[in-house]
Amino acid sequence: MAETFTARIWVLGDDIDTDIVIPTEYLALKTVNDMRPYAFSPLRPELAAQIRPGDVIVAGSNFGCGSSREQAPEVIKALGVRCVIAGSFARIFFRNAINNGLLLIECPALRPDVADGDEVTVTVGREIVCKGKRYPIASLSDNLLEIVNAGGLVKAMRRRNGLD
Amino acid sequence: MGATFIEKLIRRNTGLPEAKAGDIVTVNVDRVMIHDIFIPFVKDKFEEMGFTRLWDADKVVLIYDHLVPASQLDDPRHHRIGNAFAAQYGLTHVHRSDGICHQLMTEAGYVKPGDVVFGTDSHTTTYGCVGAFSSGIGYTEMAAILGTGTLWVKIPETIRIVIDGVLPDNVVSKDVILRIIGDLTAAGASYCALEFSGSCVEAMSVSSRMTMSNMAVEAGAKCALFTPDEKTAAYCEIPLTEELRALHGDDDAHYIRTLHYQAEELVPVLACPSQVDKIRPVRALAGLEIDQVFLGSCTNGRLEDLMAAAAILKGNQVAPFVKLIVTPASRKVYLQALENGTLDILAAAGAIITHPGCGLCCGRTGGILTDGERVVATNNRNFLGRMGTSKVEIFLASPATAAASAIAGRIAVPE
Repeated sequence: MAETFTARIWVLGDDIDTDIVIPTEYLALKTVNDMRPYAFSPLRPELAAQIRPGDVIVAGSNFGCGSSREQAPEVIKALGVRCVIAGSFARIFFRNAINNGLLLIECPALRPDVADGDEVTVTVGREIVCKGKRYPIASLSDNLLEIVNAGGLVKAMRRRNGLD
Repeated sequence: MGATFIEKLIRRNTGLPEAKAGDIVTVNVDRVMIHDIFIPFVKDKFEEMGFTRLWDADKVVLIYDHLVPASQLDDPRHHRIGNAFAAQYGLTHVHRSDGICHQLMTEAGYVKPGDVVFGTDSHTTTYGCVGAFSSGIGYTEMAAILGTGTLWVKIPETIRIVIDGVLPDNVVSKDVILRIIGDLTAAGASYCALEFSGSCVEAMSVSSRMTMSNMAVEAGAKCALFTPDEKTAAYCEIPLTEELRALHGDDDAHYIRTLHYQAEELVPVLACPSQVDKIRPVRALAGLEIDQVFLGSCTNGRLEDLMAAAAILKGNQVAPFVKLIVTPASRKVYLQALENGTLDILAAAGAIITHPGCGLCCGRTGGILTDGERVVATNNRNFLGRMGTSKVEIFLASPATAAASAIAGRIAVPE
């Protein structure tokens, strides 16, 4: 059965780069939790404090462009964000998010219709419903589902190495 | 039907004669690069995965560049962890202060044409300058490669970019790639390979090609490929075999898009704040006052870049209110520029010459700017907050435009 959840959304623009998600000056902090207050700070310094666990980020095209820093999906996950819905995702960010078990959904049609504070109901692999309107979404490919189902790449490798 | 460059390269690597764009394949990794920012995370993930040895220590290169020399109190911890990792797992290729990772990977001969290379940095696309498939990944995937020597990839579709003719005197490969990114847009080559060809590209040095493959990721590209030729072979100090010559895209291969440029029509350009694809001719912005100029980075910190700037700065002075910061890409570049007199010219003109490293480009040290300041910079990103506060305006340009602007104290067209 497909997983369904309802969440409050935060809306961002196109080309949200990883320097915006977490600036380089905070990358040498010891843990991703230490970086949490600085997420999205160049663009919206107040946002990290406003996001509550279970919220969803909705953005335009090319979300996560820029550097390869894996702290970008990790810090979003550390904020408790349930998933990121964007028009499209940059390549490295996409892989990093999957490998860390952060759910990403491509849905270019949603963002023009929504604003901060709206509610979405997401049925993974099937559709998003917002303000009565339905937006169909695709499912992940099999090889990626395999990693996500294993609980991320670390767990997949632990299984390979006979640890779990 | 013919094959694209990347299809040929992946077939060669995997032994799958029919591999084509869209297929998901497991590649055998020839070399990896890890830099100092991410080594603690790579180590943690590697050990958490349950690995106890590297798949091949000779294929792993560890480079300290983002945090050299340390500028924040936590920075040296990364180097201590890196040193311990190197000692424990028998790493021999460790560079602790030799320069920027991408410059060293090609300059020190770690990457050869046809190789498959991954690095924990998005600008790993750089090694396409010698005809390698190279791309950036995160630290979790790097940890998995360290244990297995393999990675799954989806073979990318290819955008072919043909540039013919001779560039005007004041236009260089940086202007060319900025123009291309402007035309493609920041997401226009997402998940794709870029394949460069044409007489203009053939005439370029490997250093100039490096600037273009370096910046390909700013259009979202997975890799950017130049066919190996005599220059590549000389640079890599290898013979140019028929097998390497065959690494090019066939005319009858499937390309999702082809862009044609005539070099004579290109002009010096800038990427305006704060998008890499917001491209305008330098002449349209000429006269805009600036506070700082940055000449350096893995994009434009090589000898030919420093020499191009020196040719313009020779006998001139940097405007009194402008700081010109020069950061050679590597120790080798630094020494070459010292030996041939380039650093003398730059210093006499008023430049601040720093140690090789990532420094200002990643906004950690050596010339951070504040609200309302404007910088002309030769690196690859002008993102919000990249070189200081989010109210700094960063204009990306060629070394020649940077040098002309440093003298004028304003954005200026190089002559």
